[in-house]
Amino acid sequence: MWDWGAFLHYLHNGYLLKGAGVTLALSLACLAIGLVCGTVAALMRMSPRPYLNKPAAFYIWLMRGTPVLVQLIIIYTGLPQLGIRFNVIESCLLGLGLNEGAYLAEIIRAGVLSVAKGQFDAARSVGMTHAMTMRIIVLPQAMRVIIPPLGNTFNSLLKTTSLASVISMEELLRRTEVLIQVQFKVLEIFIVAALYYLVMTTIWGFIQERLEAHFSRSHAPATARGAPASNGARAEIEKVLLSHDAQ
Amino acid sequence: MTRSDAIKAGTANGGWMLEAENIHKHFGPLHVLKGITMRIAKGEVVVVVGPSGGGKSTFLRTLNLLEKPDQGWVKVDGVMMGYEQANQRMVELSDARVSQQRRFFGMVFQQFNLFSHLTALENITVAPIKALKVGRTEAIVEARRLLAMVGLSEKENAYPEQLSGGQQQRIAIARALALKPKVMLFDEPTSALDPEMVSEVLKVMLDLSKGGMTMVVVTHEIGFARMAADRAVLIDGGVIVEEGPPETFFSAPTQDRTRQFLNKVLDFHGPTLPKA
Repeated sequence: MWDWGAFLHYLHNGYLLKGAGVTLALSLACLAIGLVCGTVAALMRMSPRPYLNKPAAFYIWLMRGTPVLVQLIIIYTGLPQLGIRFNVIESCLLGLGLNEGAYLAEIIRAGVLSVAKGQFDAARSVGMTHAMTMRIIVLPQAMRVIIPPLGNTFNSLLKTTSLASVISMEELLRRTEVLIQVQFKVLEIFIVAALYYLVMTTIWGFIQERLEAHFSRSHAPATARGAPASNGARAEIEKVLLSHDAQ
Repeated sequence: MTRSDAIKAGTANGGWMLEAENIHKHFGPLHVLKGITMRIAKGEVVVVVGPSGGGKSTFLRTLNLLEKPDQGWVKVDGVMMGYEQANQRMVELSDARVSQQRRFFGMVFQQFNLFSHLTALENITVAPIKALKVGRTEAIVEARRLLAMVGLSEKENAYPEQLSGGQQQRIAIARALALKPKVMLFDEPTSALDPEMVSEVLKVMLDLSKGGMTMVVVTHEIGFARMAADRAVLIDGGVIVEEGPPETFFSAPTQDRTRQFLNKVLDFHGPTLPKA
């Protein structure tokens, strides 16, 4: 029997809400770690120097080629055998963060490769160093290509953190299971947990939309920004681009 | 004193603005530049013509080290590009130092290459602010002056995508000038433009040359060359085939290859002259 009273009760249950908060915090922390690792790995992977690109390629290959659940268990349960001990939170940050970084590395690399080669030439010609070129010119333009898949991986990450329950991280799923063991309202409590996940991913969806609009503002239709660009000008640009392609 | 007199006076004492000595460049098995030597005086405008694939764009790119020459050297106003002398040996400069030296040159590209995520004004101010550490206000004042000079003051908040090709190229010239370069390099600046926009860009270039800017211009615009150039150079097969003053270069070339090339170009491109 479905118990509406129990459902509504657990809908604003402090214990579960805290679990959702941990899920959110863990996801954000792993995204931050992933962005740092991913950017470094992507830049290394694009380097012509083997001592930079080989380790980056190995990292990406290893992380994307094994299940994150296995990685988490190896880090938390396996490594102590070698005398390397991480607590639950450290293990989660390490496992999920490094895994996220490997996926983001490939996304960031694709974004950078999408930036026209002429942008590098132009940045270098006005006296920017390689690092400045990347930071000021290339990465901001790459964001337009990076944001949509990055948003998708963060959506996955919000849900993937549930795997951390296996190594007893007190996030939403773990707390759901603990609660069920004492309350036995399996369906009601799980539906509440599912709703929490849904709320988080939905809010993220809105944020992602705003980010996408922000980073493609220089490509939005001219009229939407109220800037006068005649159809004639557009047609001319297209002509120029087409004639360039034809060469 | 006319400009050509000034150029002669400047070169008489060996005061070259730009010296390129025996430049070689390979791309894999291709020997693209086979020893190009060129000396350019302060205020001189050199137009480089030649068939595509002949090495003229690559030569231009070796001058500001966008391509590193495999052999040979470049000096700007007496300063060696990319190297410094230390203990009797030439030592390669770091990326940061080479980047500083690149600011001796302003470069304008065939495809404009404006920074597509920045407005016209930001395109001009970004390098002075970030690379040159000029104050923001000062950079903006200078950028507005340059925008006015290229006739695009009202477009300062437009993104490149909203501008016509001719407008983008004029902004690109302003961007290059913002770094107060000693030499301006133009790599086929009008080749990607619709015919009706060519003259607005050439007009800006002509004004620059009249203002005494030292310029190396790779172009097929023979009309511009006749009007603005002090010297015309034909590069083909990675070498300088012929060079001379435009009056004789275009009407009475001495080399067969120059004659063949000019015939082809003049058939397709009638002279497009800006109204002086």
